[in-house]
Amino acid sequence: MSTKSKSIESKTDFNQDERLKKVSNLKVLLNRPELGALGGAILVFIFFGIVAGDTGMFSAYGILNFLDVSANLGIIAIAAAMLMIGGEFDLSIGSMIGFAGICIAIPAIYWGWPLWMSIIFAFSMAVLVGYFNGILVVRTGLPSFIVTLAMLFILRGATLALTRLITGRTQVPGLRVLIENDPIAWIFATDSFKWVFTWLGSMNLIALRTDGSPLATGIPPSVIWFIALAILTTWILMKTRYGNWIFASGGDKNGANNVGVPVGRVKISLFIGTAVAATIFATIQVLDAGSADTMRGTLKELEAIAAAVVGGCLLTGGYGSAIGAAFGALIFGTVSMGIFYTDVDTDWFKVFLGAMMLIAVIFNNFIRRKVTESK
Amino acid sequence: MSDYLVQFNNISKFFGKVIALKDVTMKLRKGEIMCLLGDNGAGKSTLIKTLAGVHKPDEGEIIVEGRKTIFDSPKDALDMGIATVYQDLALVSLMSVTRNFFMGREPMKGPPFFKTFDIEKANKIAAERMGQIGIDVRDPSQAVGTMSGGERQCLAISRAIYFGAKVLVLDEPTSALGVHQASVVLKYIVKAASQGLAVILITHNVHHAYPVGNSFTVLNRGKSLGTYEKKDISREKLLSMMAGGEELNKLEVELQEMNRSSAN
Repeated sequence: MSTKSKSIESKTDFNQDERLKKVSNLKVLLNRPELGALGGAILVFIFFGIVAGDTGMFSAYGILNFLDVSANLGIIAIAAAMLMIGGEFDLSIGSMIGFAGICIAIPAIYWGWPLWMSIIFAFSMAVLVGYFNGILVVRTGLPSFIVTLAMLFILRGATLALTRLITGRTQVPGLRVLIENDPIAWIFATDSFKWVFTWLGSMNLIALRTDGSPLATGIPPSVIWFIALAILTTWILMKTRYGNWIFASGGDKNGANNVGVPVGRVKISLFIGTAVAATIFATIQVLDAGSADTMRGTLKELEAIAAAVVGGCLLTGGYGSAIGAAFGALIFGTVSMGIFYTDVDTDWFKVFLGAMMLIAVIFNNFIRRKVTESK
Repeated sequence: MSDYLVQFNNISKFFGKVIALKDVTMKLRKGEIMCLLGDNGAGKSTLIKTLAGVHKPDEGEIIVEGRKTIFDSPKDALDMGIATVYQDLALVSLMSVTRNFFMGREPMKGPPFFKTFDIEKANKIAAERMGQIGIDVRDPSQAVGTMSGGERQCLAISRAIYFGAKVLVLDEPTSALGVHQASVVLKYIVKAASQGLAVILITHNVHHAYPVGNSFTVLNRGKSLGTYEKKDISREKLLSMMAGGEELNKLEVELQEMNRSSAN
């Protein structure tokens, strides 16, 4: 507002300012960060519904397939989104996935640890790595982009070197037999709601194998984790004090500090969050495949960030949503699987991914300008 | 003696060889507005940070409600009821009015260990408090970025008062505002003082300070040029006391001479 409003000098209250217009409900909705991703997801489903509606993509088996892919990405995308809202990046997510996999496989196979102990060990390492990333960023004030880029190389290199040193190869197979009777592994390895699928199969509502069991056996653990994490993080952001601190830390570090928000602790905890999410991802994949591979998770950090950005997170922090990142992951997962059901060469997927992200960033930028613009 | 709410006696602050502040004394009663005037580089920022507990004074004493105190951190100052509203206001423009209002001090509800941020209560209080100063936040979940500069300033001050400020230290609250907005903010400051707060208003704008201040302290190159009650000093005198005033007078004379010589 400028000095021009002097003309209404006699009325000094803001609410009588004639130049403020009412904000419509539609605009309020448009200001929600996840709106773009929700719209995008709907468009994607409409597109594949038309192009691949009769190909089996939307059979129970097909749906679980692309949900599984989306959920895996979603687990790390949600954590990446939380960290981005808190104003930082984590480029070491992908390397952490490989590292966590090895942390489970080597103790379990070569050192004879019980599987549950290896899993706990991997999560402990994740907390350490996350803490180290966080404390380094907070204490040095260096951009997290650089610090975690270094960690990307360090972790991947260490994963490769240690694995070859201990095992003489880069893959560690043989985990599947250990899953049974393990007190923890089932959390990451069991399909849920099997009875629903058995029932659907018995009613001939979903496709069956030749032996009469349903083709889709149950909801994969990744999907359960994904949904649980999406709900938990959204609740944290919207309903808890810690959530408010995340927004504040990302929005204005100094301002937040000045009013007593423990910005450092918030950021460190978010870095631990991304590393732990990477380990959840790794545990599910390692137990599913029955083996750990040193190269697992390569480039996943970028996909996670892309999903978070499509989900409405600003690269500058302070704005975004966990549920948006979940939709972002759903878009990528659906397209990456859906493309198999179309005539389009799958090589085009990355083009789509990049284009989608570019559009999202331009859109987000526009939104931020509108939100921060003073009237 | 102790009818002063807060006293800063002979405060000095050195940075290495630089004397940033020397023997600055300020005393405030309840309901008083003291304007701290000074040009750029006069030591205003250092003084604010000393009042806020960011810097520890090298000499002098701080007496709050009759008790001598030392601020080890900004939190200490805040706990004693001395709240500083900096120029950046410590507001996050992407966050909502409510979330900003309660940033770092969120009201909670629910059983222990499952406490959640009581958004409804926070919305209510924020809207109520803003309403009291005549700002109608139509939607307390709207981003602060959509508010005008004056509204933001009022929000920051209102927040400080809500959280128990007894002494408000305001850093250039009107410098970025237009005339209309500045007058609204100044009016709010007077209102706050009339409710028993002591206000230290830091500014380089005499025209904003003079109508609202009860007393004026002029700072020049780290030293206080004295504190004057309003009845003892005119606006013009204040103006020329600030280094800028003298400089400008000199400049005016020089320009006149230049004009005269070029006219000849």
